[in-house]
Amino acid sequence: MQPTREQRLWMYRQMVTSRHLEERIETLYMEGKTPVFNMAKGPIPGEMHLSNGQEPCAAGVCAHLTADDVVTATHRPHHIAVAKGVDLDAMVAEIFGKATGLAGGRGGHMHLFDERVNFSCSGIIGEGLGPAVGAALSRKMQGKPGVAVAFLGEGAANQGAFHEALNLAAVWQLPVVFVIEDNAWGISVAKQASTAVPRNDRRAAAYGMPGHHVADNDVEGVFAAAGEAIARAREGQGPSLIEIETARLAGHFMGDGEDYRPEGEKDGLKARDPIPRYRAALLEAGLLDEAGDASLVAEARERVEAAIRFAQDSEFLPPEAALDTVFV
Amino acid sequence: MTTTTATRKLTIARAMAEATAQEMRADPSVFVMGEDVGPLGGVFGNTRGLHDEFGPERVRDTPISETAFIGAAVGAASDGMRPVVELMFVDFFGVCMDAIYNLMAKNTYFSGGRVKVPMVLMTSTGGGYSDAGQHSQCLYGTFAHLPGMKVVVPSNAYDAKGLMTAAIRDDNPVVFMYHKALQGMGWLGTEKGATVPVPEEAYTVEIGKAAVVREGRDLTLVSLGAGVHHCLRAAGALEDEGFDVEVVDLRSLVPLDRETVRASVAKTGRLIVVDEDYHSFGVSGEIIASVVEHDHRLKSAPARVAYPDIPIPFAPTMEQWALPDADKIVAAFHQMLLND
Repeated sequence: MQPTREQRLWMYRQMVTSRHLEERIETLYMEGKTPVFNMAKGPIPGEMHLSNGQEPCAAGVCAHLTADDVVTATHRPHHIAVAKGVDLDAMVAEIFGKATGLAGGRGGHMHLFDERVNFSCSGIIGEGLGPAVGAALSRKMQGKPGVAVAFLGEGAANQGAFHEALNLAAVWQLPVVFVIEDNAWGISVAKQASTAVPRNDRRAAAYGMPGHHVADNDVEGVFAAAGEAIARAREGQGPSLIEIETARLAGHFMGDGEDYRPEGEKDGLKARDPIPRYRAALLEAGLLDEAGDASLVAEARERVEAAIRFAQDSEFLPPEAALDTVFV
Repeated sequence: MTTTTATRKLTIARAMAEATAQEMRADPSVFVMGEDVGPLGGVFGNTRGLHDEFGPERVRDTPISETAFIGAAVGAASDGMRPVVELMFVDFFGVCMDAIYNLMAKNTYFSGGRVKVPMVLMTSTGGGYSDAGQHSQCLYGTFAHLPGMKVVVPSNAYDAKGLMTAAIRDDNPVVFMYHKALQGMGWLGTEKGATVPVPEEAYTVEIGKAAVVREGRDLTLVSLGAGVHHCLRAAGALEDEGFDVEVVDLRSLVPLDRETVRASVAKTGRLIVVDEDYHSFGVSGEIIASVVEHDHRLKSAPARVAYPDIPIPFAPTMEQWALPDADKIVAAFHQMLLND
């Protein structure tokens, strides 16, 4: 399945937007955290899991989705949220913990919910799979259009929740696609040290569903695999599993020294950064020229800067608002 | 509840099934899923008849896969459905608690109230029939301790139907904990007091409201589920000794009706909490704290009759020795008077 020019540029724009967001968050996150790194300090406290390098997974999958489709994402959610169309102002404000954030600051960066585009994420490994299966069940039972996509990391494929969710989705033939972002590391533990098979897409066979593998962090490869899987789900033919070889260009979280990486690995990954690669491919294919690229990048950056200004200019809720919205 | 329609005596199991059926007729978004809830009708009878009436789409037998299907219930509830999902024994929460307390109970809060999770998690509690320590626990305190989910514990069929109807209609997640000994399943030993007249029409019992099920002036007994029946028997025995005992049935743990408990103890001046859940860090301590932090001028130090802090043993002699019953409540009251 080949993307159209519009789809290609859309995917590129999502990747650029997400990367700029992460780079800006990285800078802002470190404010107040030097010279001594204290996670509780600065305008963005708490853990921060940046998605630099994993943008092709989000862009290639979400190119096939509409706001009606359901996505559950992980503790590393920003690139997926951007590509799914989560309100960027409210998302960034939530990351800052502000009143104008998606949840008024109750959730933070690992707990982003935007029901307008059916997006949610959560902080625990493998947690989003069950809810995605349930959303797919809901669509099937209601006869409503839409599919569900659960994103997960390669480490989550060793969780019971992964195997239970795939089995249930297959038994009930639900319109759901499981997308593994294989960045090769579960914090400091390498995939080959934790996973009994080299490729998780082969685990699809255990649940009688198609498995797709995308090599080399290739956004168009993601687009092709996701297109097939999502079309299959929309046609009522049941679930699929996709594993994407991607790259975590940042640490597991901000503050991670990454001493566990083999010498030179990071440099190698950065040399294969998917965004400059895709930019070069688009230029070479004549789908983008330098001027067009410059304006696309400037526009994406300004969108991010506007969201950051919105967040910075917003107030915090009064602390006692912590007591609200436990129940509705 | 005033009603002109007929009542019949129902077991809690039938009352739960009736409430669920009525809500399923009224609202196509209500559906049931869990292990053996389909043609079998639930191992404790609380979905009997639903599969026949509504079919396998809306009354779904699941794999033995609680993490997946309770997580799926959360996803379906957030997408416009109202699932009624069963965790067969509450003891099984260990394999799926993440979906319960990190998703079901927190998604609303983490969305600032914009994402609703209108689901019912029904689960069986309690022992007394030598099923040992992985099939006999109550764990009321465990669930009530964790914020974001309502918790109800009916002691009789009237409340069970009304609480189930209220739970299904609630836009928040509700954990519906039913005690096996109250289900009217002969093979589990049946508490006759739980089988009471139930109106045929749909009605609700407000979640978060306790009931004074027996009025008295000398002592307040507070309990829930099967414990309420032990309390009523103890109250009868103490009446023969000339004491006038009030019994409060909590019915809900979250929200907890502290006002009704405090008002009762303000009147009687004495409090014993009866709980089949573990003694420490649980319902009994919470009830006592709720009273004494508000009013310490009691006639006697409060007491509790609860399950000892031990895994539940198999041998009938050991299990019955450990379980709360009317004799232990009477003995606790006698001790209270001796201590005065």
